Amino acid sequence: MSAVVEHDAGENGKQDFSMNSITVSSEAAAGKKPRSRLRLPDSRAWLAAGQWLVTLLLCAFLIVPVVMSILAGLTVNYFKGISSGFTLRWLGEVWTQYHGSVFLSLEVAAATLFITLLTGVPAGYVLARSKTRLSRVIEEFLVLPIALPGLASALALLVVYGGFTMFRMSVAFIVVGHVVFTLPFMVRAVAAVCASSDLRTLEEGAASLGASFMQRFVTIVLPNARPGIVAGALAVLTLSIGEFNLTWMLHTPDTKTLPVGLADTYASLRIEIGSAYTILFFIMTMPLLVAMQWLGVDATGQRSAAKKRGAASATKSITTP
Amino acid sequence: MSSLGATVMLSAAVTAATLVLSVIAGLLLARREFAFKRTLLALLTFPLAFPGVVVGFMVIMLAGRQGLIGALSLKLTGDRWVFAYSMSGLFLGYLYFSIPRVIVTVMASATKLDASLEEAARSLGASPWRITRDVVLPALSPGLIAAGAVCFATAMGAFGTAFTLATDIDVLPMTIYTEFTLNANMITAAGLSIVLGIVTWAVLALARSVSGSAVAASA
Repeated sequence: MSAVVEHDAGENGKQDFSMNSITVSSEAAAGKKPRSRLRLPDSRAWLAAGQWLVTLLLCAFLIVPVVMSILAGLTVNYFKGISSGFTLRWLGEVWTQYHGSVFLSLEVAAATLFITLLTGVPAGYVLARSKTRLSRVIEEFLVLPIALPGLASALALLVVYGGFTMFRMSVAFIVVGHVVFTLPFMVRAVAAVCASSDLRTLEEGAASLGASFMQRFVTIVLPNARPGIVAGALAVLTLSIGEFNLTWMLHTPDTKTLPVGLADTYASLRIEIGSAYTILFFIMTMPLLVAMQWLGVDATGQRSAAKKRGAASATKSITTP
Repeated sequence: MSSLGATVMLSAAVTAATLVLSVIAGLLLARREFAFKRTLLALLTFPLAFPGVVVGFMVIMLAGRQGLIGALSLKLTGDRWVFAYSMSGLFLGYLYFSIPRVIVTVMASATKLDASLEEAARSLGASPWRITRDVVLPALSPGLIAAGAVCFATAMGAFGTAFTLATDIDVLPMTIYTEFTLNANMITAAGLSIVLGIVTWAVLALARSVSGSAVAASA
């Protein structure tokens, strides 16, 4: 506040070029200051307090249920409360009943990641490089499954491939669904990085030295795109492990992934088992989340905002001249 | 058709509430430095990876039959408030789902704000409220439009939360699901999902053309 007032006084002084007016104006400012001190900090302090209150309440809103479900999964009888004692019994029960779904989820996630890496990385690279209208159209189509609700994609998959019973019954069907859903995240993450680093120049340099396309792709494009690939891979894994909307429609009794099992327990079993299962889910996703926080990836599959802006301005500076 | 209206209303309400709350919290987090800021941020963004089913369960934990709100209200008013399995429970669930996402966006665009503009407004005697309305919010608006559109689209299509809470909730994804599984009415289900897809796609496309940045949802 005081810095602003002094700045004011300085400007007044500049206008008049006289020592006198500076003192006068700063006196006037000093005279004004106490009044504004009385008024402004008051309302501002209220605003700040309100802001803090909202933030902390939001935090509580988000975290309290998590803590509660962890506690509920560990108590003997949640209806009686924590006083009934802690136990690992529920966790054990969930593990014996549902460990299959945990492994299945991991397998599906790994397979999904493998396919998205194989297809998404080249796609992101090509889309970032080419400037034609066709590539924009293709990009729009590739990103469409993100905008489309999972339910709609699942219905579409069922209508088209539901007739192939062997395929319909196998885990591959779920993997296909997950690929449809997660591929855009990988493509976007890779495309953003490819567009931001000055790949074209590097590649031209390598080409002029006689490097073949494969050599360039492996030694230049992949290392440069690595941050995007890692970000995309983390997003794909997290999304695939947590994916429910599609999977619920596509699953068969033999192909239950973790979220499907979660929905089952929530719907039919006691709250302790549901909570214990949720703890299992937390344990599985925690490493991924920590890695994402650590690398500054946000869960929408792009790198942190600062990097994104960097990427955006970089593409602009490349395309404008 | 009534479920379409209900879904749109619900999504709009969730979007509005999320935007207001997240702007308040996001500005605080982006502007100030304080101890435990990283921790607070980590806590606020922790639910980002929760699927809708888990979010639904969190709502049950809060407002279900054995939930926290029920226990508190029982002590305070002698009445057990259980609203997890209704529209307001769904509202809570979508809020839970969207807030972390929008806070991240708000913080990203708040760090881009030019502090000198606000200082100028303040030195000209603008009240904090006017500064917020005339300087801060217009500067944030592209990010807010994008985030709001994503929020809306996600709420329209969210199925997991509704599925976990559903006893008598009539939202579009649930309608599609029941049409498909219980009534085996493939044509209605497909038609409704096309409607759903068009609405979400249109909202996202509109937001993208307004804000000029890449908008994408994730469910």
